[in-house]
Amino acid sequence: MSVQMEDNQLLKQATSPKTRGLLRVIILALIAGAAVSSRLFSVIRFESIIHEFDPWFNFRATKYLVQHGFYSFWDWFDDRTWHPLGRVTGGTLYPGLMVTSGVIYHLLRALALPVDIRNICVLLAPAFSGLTALATYLLTSEMVTSPSAGLLAAAFMGIAPGYISRSVAGSYDNEAIAIFLLVFTFYLWIKAVKLGSVFYGALTALFYGYMVSAWGGYVFITNLLPLHAFVLICMGRYSPRLYVSYTSWYALGTLASMQIPFVGFLPIRSSEHMSALGVFGLLQLVAFVDYVRAQIPNKQFQTLLRALVLLVFVVAFGGLVLLTVTGVIAPWTGRFYSLWDTGYAKIHIPIIASVSEHQPTAWPAFFFDLNMLIWLFPAGVYMCFKRLTDEQVFVVIYAVLASYFAGVMVRLMLTLTPIVCVASAMAFSQILDTYLDARKPKVPAKEEEGADVAKVAAAAVLPEGLRSTRGPVIGIYSYASKLTVVGASLVYLLLFVMHCTWVTSNAYSSPSVVLASRLPDGSQHIIDDYREAYQWLRQNTPNDAKIMSWWDYGYQIGGMADRPTLVDNNTWNNTHIATVGKAMSSREEVSYPIMRQHEVDYVLVVFGGLLGYSGDDINKFLWMVRIAEGIWPDEVKERDFFTARGEYRVDDEATPTMKNSLMYKMSYYNYNKLFPAGQAQDRVRQARLPAQGPELSTIEEAFTSENWIIRIYKVKDLDNFGRDHQSATAFDKGTKKKRGSARRKGPKTLRVE
Amino acid sequence: MPPKHRTPATSTPAASTTPRSTTTPRSTAPTQSPKASKNNTDAQRIVQDLWSSYQTRTSQRTKLLDTFLAFLILVGVLQFLYVVLVGNFPFNAFLSGFSATVGQFVLTASLRIQTNPQNEGEFKTISQERAFADFVLGSLLLHFFCVNFIN
Repeated sequence: MSVQMEDNQLLKQATSPKTRGLLRVIILALIAGAAVSSRLFSVIRFESIIHEFDPWFNFRATKYLVQHGFYSFWDWFDDRTWHPLGRVTGGTLYPGLMVTSGVIYHLLRALALPVDIRNICVLLAPAFSGLTALATYLLTSEMVTSPSAGLLAAAFMGIAPGYISRSVAGSYDNEAIAIFLLVFTFYLWIKAVKLGSVFYGALTALFYGYMVSAWGGYVFITNLLPLHAFVLICMGRYSPRLYVSYTSWYALGTLASMQIPFVGFLPIRSSEHMSALGVFGLLQLVAFVDYVRAQIPNKQFQTLLRALVLLVFVVAFGGLVLLTVTGVIAPWTGRFYSLWDTGYAKIHIPIIASVSEHQPTAWPAFFFDLNMLIWLFPAGVYMCFKRLTDEQVFVVIYAVLASYFAGVMVRLMLTLTPIVCVASAMAFSQILDTYLDARKPKVPAKEEEGADVAKVAAAAVLPEGLRSTRGPVIGIYSYASKLTVVGASLVYLLLFVMHCTWVTSNAYSSPSVVLASRLPDGSQHIIDDYREAYQWLRQNTPNDAKIMSWWDYGYQIGGMADRPTLVDNNTWNNTHIATVGKAMSSREEVSYPIMRQHEVDYVLVVFGGLLGYSGDDINKFLWMVRIAEGIWPDEVKERDFFTARGEYRVDDEATPTMKNSLMYKMSYYNYNKLFPAGQAQDRVRQARLPAQGPELSTIEEAFTSENWIIRIYKVKDLDNFGRDHQSATAFDKGTKKKRGSARRKGPKTLRVE
Repeated sequence: MPPKHRTPATSTPAASTTPRSTTTPRSTAPTQSPKASKNNTDAQRIVQDLWSSYQTRTSQRTKLLDTFLAFLILVGVLQFLYVVLVGNFPFNAFLSGFSATVGQFVLTASLRIQTNPQNEGEFKTISQERAFADFVLGSLLLHFFCVNFIN
């Protein structure tokens, strides 16, 4: 792609605008093609399958939408999740994604192309990534005059791993369409500010509404646009265009966002939306003052205006704080606090901190996800500072905010990627434009090397010296330097493409439902335990058998096994999750009543000890303990799961609480029978397990998948004779045990006597 | 006399040429407070001047828009008073009514700004007809959302 772009650069001088336009269309189409095809690794390696966790819910919801129609989707009460509470699904989701695929599905049917809804869901993200590349082209073209910048930005956006991470085929998540909407909304906003047009303002509002319906990250737009307007006002750059574009966006966009039931009254109630409202009010004042200014064109008015702006800002902010304190406006949500204080969630809301994508970003991740863009990015931002038009102010603000947020939360790398692509494309195209210019200066042949640094320096030192130093031609005209720089950039571009392809194929194309490993002979081996277990559930359990598992697997059980779950990835009820955590982390005698009360039929745990699969439940166990401890601090204590030396162990030295916890027992039940006596080995935690495995009395093993990743246990019914399960189990093993103990007792008593 | 109330707000771009008169409109009160006592009698005269120049220099169309703006403000204030006095029970209805008023106000104000001959330099690409078409589009969208939201 990059090669073609340079071709375009070379051809530019020789071709007419029409040809150039055609070339640009072809290049954009190729970029979109590359963006789509680089996301298909997972489909080719594995199959057309929905990935990970959240996509399974979206997929299930989409199927519901397609089957039952829009209205019943809107009113959908789902009694197969959060048993026994249920979930008002229609009112608690962002419907944009499902509606989009539903519309595509019906459109294709109308065109007599009956495509399976699963394939639409799998391929939606790649398709939208092509559109994102186009939107990035449009956005960048608004920022700079150079035509190559837009194409470069589109190419970067198409293959940057930071975006691919959330948009490979099968990653059917809200972000799949949301990033396109984000970029496109910003493009429309820039267009609206530039032209001062209500039309573009209304379009911005429409796409903003679409964005609100698609992703909770819309708050980023809600705060970025007002911030842009506010900064422009503070810079004394107020113009009627700003008034027209901002007010038309806000008035329409807020109404549009309130149409989504899940958002509802939030835009006027929650603090996150107040900045937009404040800037809206401020703009009314500023517009009014601007009229007044039209009559006194004196310099003092500037300072007056700024003072007024600051005053109103302070007053509005004070009012906001007051209203928040008195409770009229909902206070900031915990997720928001964790944006500012990365330690906040860990202390106050373990459920948020436990999600891996909410962790702070590690430094290497920036380079891993953005490669060379990360060091071109500051150069692009610097270039924006040089001219600093209204739209370049936007780039600067966006860059600063997104960099911060990307550092705080891993998943927000996604919002940083577009602006990194835009800014670094601006810097890169500047280099290319400078060095690919084949023109020669119109000077006598002697001065052709006029830009030589030495001569420029000489000219500065000796202003009236040699004739050749008198009028130095500034610029780069030697082919050697041009070739060097262009060649180096070409190498960088190629390296970038290689890095992106490598990252995409190795890091981001795993469905995580299906695992792949290499056999010693290098061939691929597919580990399909998840689907094996879910299929078992689907075929061997009654349709309404309630499955208890940690919430990570809730959506998958709902989607693949189609069985009711207690908790799932929509973590709306912390107490319910804590209940499950308590059941998992307590002794059997405590857990059993909890499971009976919640009508649990089967318990599902994920165990990676045999295979060395590190994302298993024992590794997540501490979060269950922490979340349970948040609700029942007296009954579950995190400290009890650590040894006296503060280690988290599963081997002989594990604490009694750990060894007696239901999770531990379910994970290691019968595990030692796989090994010779005393050799049982946990390959995730590199620990040798106790020779005597745990014993279960209230639940029984129902199914264990091929590689032991998924283990399913059936909760026993009450005992027929009214005994508790411990004694019943003891009785079943009974005779043997009794005899054994009797034998042991026999000699003892003998010896005593 | 709501239109007069609007005078300093939206309609004096072409009105006055006297530099001192502009410090007197009520909204910039904080800045003029030190000289308030001195300008007290002046103020009334200047407002009258503004009013008469507004009457003479503003085109009939713009006056029509200003009347509409004043009407919208009045409606908005009435709705707000209702909520304060009676309560906000059908909150959806109040919200969509109020946002319709506010939205229509800013759209009309935008139209007024775009058609103002003084701002022609700012809106090079937007002709008067285009401005009106945009206004109609915006209003249609606005009222579609409001009707959908009103329950």
